[in-house]
Amino acid sequence: MEKLYGNDLAVMAYKARLLAVEAVHRAASGHPGGSLSCADALTTLYFNEMNVDPERPNWEDRDRFVLSKGHCAPALYAVLALRGYFPVEELQMLRSIKAHLSGHPDMKYVPGVDMSTGSLGQGLSAAVGMALSAKIQGKRYRTYAICGDGEIAEGQIWEALMSAAKWDLDNLCVFIDVNGLQIDGATKDVMPTEPLDKKLEAFNWHVIKIDGHDFAQILAALSEARRTKGKPSVILMSTVKGKGVSFMENQAGWHGKAPNADEFAIAKAELEAKIKELEEN
Amino acid sequence: MAGKIATRGAYGKALVELAEKYPKLMVLDADLSKATMTKDFAAAYPERFFDCGIAENNMVGIAAGMAACGLKPFTNTFAIFAAGRCYEQVRNSIAYPHLNAVIVGSHGGISVGEDGATHQCTEDLALMRELPGMVVLNPCDGNEMRLAVEALMEYEGPAYLRLGRPAVETFTDELEHYSFQLGKGVTIAEGSDLTIVATGMMVNMARKARELLSAEGISVRVLDIHTIKPLDEELILKAARETGAIVTSEEASVIGGLGGAVAELLAENCPVPVIRHGVNDTFGRSGKAGDVLEYYGLTPEVLSEKCRKALAMKK
Repeated sequence: MEKLYGNDLAVMAYKARLLAVEAVHRAASGHPGGSLSCADALTTLYFNEMNVDPERPNWEDRDRFVLSKGHCAPALYAVLALRGYFPVEELQMLRSIKAHLSGHPDMKYVPGVDMSTGSLGQGLSAAVGMALSAKIQGKRYRTYAICGDGEIAEGQIWEALMSAAKWDLDNLCVFIDVNGLQIDGATKDVMPTEPLDKKLEAFNWHVIKIDGHDFAQILAALSEARRTKGKPSVILMSTVKGKGVSFMENQAGWHGKAPNADEFAIAKAELEAKIKELEEN
Repeated sequence: MAGKIATRGAYGKALVELAEKYPKLMVLDADLSKATMTKDFAAAYPERFFDCGIAENNMVGIAAGMAACGLKPFTNTFAIFAAGRCYEQVRNSIAYPHLNAVIVGSHGGISVGEDGATHQCTEDLALMRELPGMVVLNPCDGNEMRLAVEALMEYEGPAYLRLGRPAVETFTDELEHYSFQLGKGVTIAEGSDLTIVATGMMVNMARKARELLSAEGISVRVLDIHTIKPLDEELILKAARETGAIVTSEEASVIGGLGGAVAELLAENCPVPVIRHGVNDTFGRSGKAGDVLEYYGLTPEVLSEKCRKALAMKK
């Protein structure tokens, strides 16, 4: 596959958004808010950065990805389907008893999912184990993960952060999706995490701060992470929860709520208009 | 072999002995390598040993990542942390994806002794048995432990292995017809009046109880159930049918562990009197291991009393 850049990445990311929101709508449950905020990073990973092969989802030298904020499975599944791991039509079976696209990523049944996640705080540890495995086995694959900014209140995240620095895991790159919102409200009110950059630097990570909806910045950050030796990299990306659907943007209430038929019609129209606008660029 | 060795000691030796044959074996610890006896492996194979510090949850997650990349991690800490603190990590990161990792719980049961209730895990067998697809092992002596570790190297899937702190007599290597197979119990001694179904250090106590009862003319069969899950249902049902009464014995809570497993099996398939011998829904306490075991009735004498009661129920 040819790597995608710039506008082509944006088009793909909006297609993934539309598929994810449609899947949540059909399932009448799921997590649209955070799926929309991390869609640009996910799309960049699978359509530019990561060395993967949808024909060989278990290829042992592939780059690994762990969605530590596993509730954003709709976005991950959408990106995987668009990338060719399974038919796009299957997305509409999200959360159905008749299919294997469970509410949270399941490595046993969904091609392309490298780690089962969903219980917040656990995915990053698995990503550390994967990066460590590459070092042990002398392999060159890299490991990526996305954590939520609410998720990092989990103590295990900080255990994992310490251990990645202990073992100099420069083959590990973690995004933190700083959309500022979680189920109960603003992250700064629920459990303040700032100053995140200073905390992560103090934990011996290389910290990169970007706008998580600017593809040039995402690509530059990934490149900087690859060039950073001797320590793991974390990309603090400022994002908008619900990005791309006007009534969902910056609304904690859309963390884990499915749009009804009328709401989905609006979301679909907005996302399709955005895709059309981008494709005409 | 004979003599005495703690099952944790035999485990530590087995890791070192098997390291060359099984290059994918990785050993993780959480600042307890001198107690869990992984220290010798750490010295011999430093590039395959990972001290995760006092952060057990992360250790289990790292093991999940390693297993997902084709390695064979063994995580090591005390049973209370492995099965208790990390229960949900073991459930969601290891058991649910059915990863090839071994969760080792050292210092299981109340024979931890002096450290007291916070460190005496009596719930691990029940907690781990509850997890779908989990293999749960509780070897009775050093010889059986060595064989269990090797069997786990050949096994692919999630497993929990319990180790004990105190030195215990090694006897299985001197038994005729003894062989070790995952999921298969061992008939340690034949008998016809009732059967003691034991696990871990209680297997040897069951042998002693059998001697005590033999003097009274009671014929006791003794089964060694080193694998609590998958349970050797065939062997236990046969014993129930042939001897008509069962006493389970474990250095663990009578709720949910071996006693629970056997009671469930027999209630549904062959209802005979079942008495569960173990820790009776209570926390442990500090004391020398022998004193603590005696305090909670984990002795051949108390086990014999349970047998007499089961026999009376049979009549």
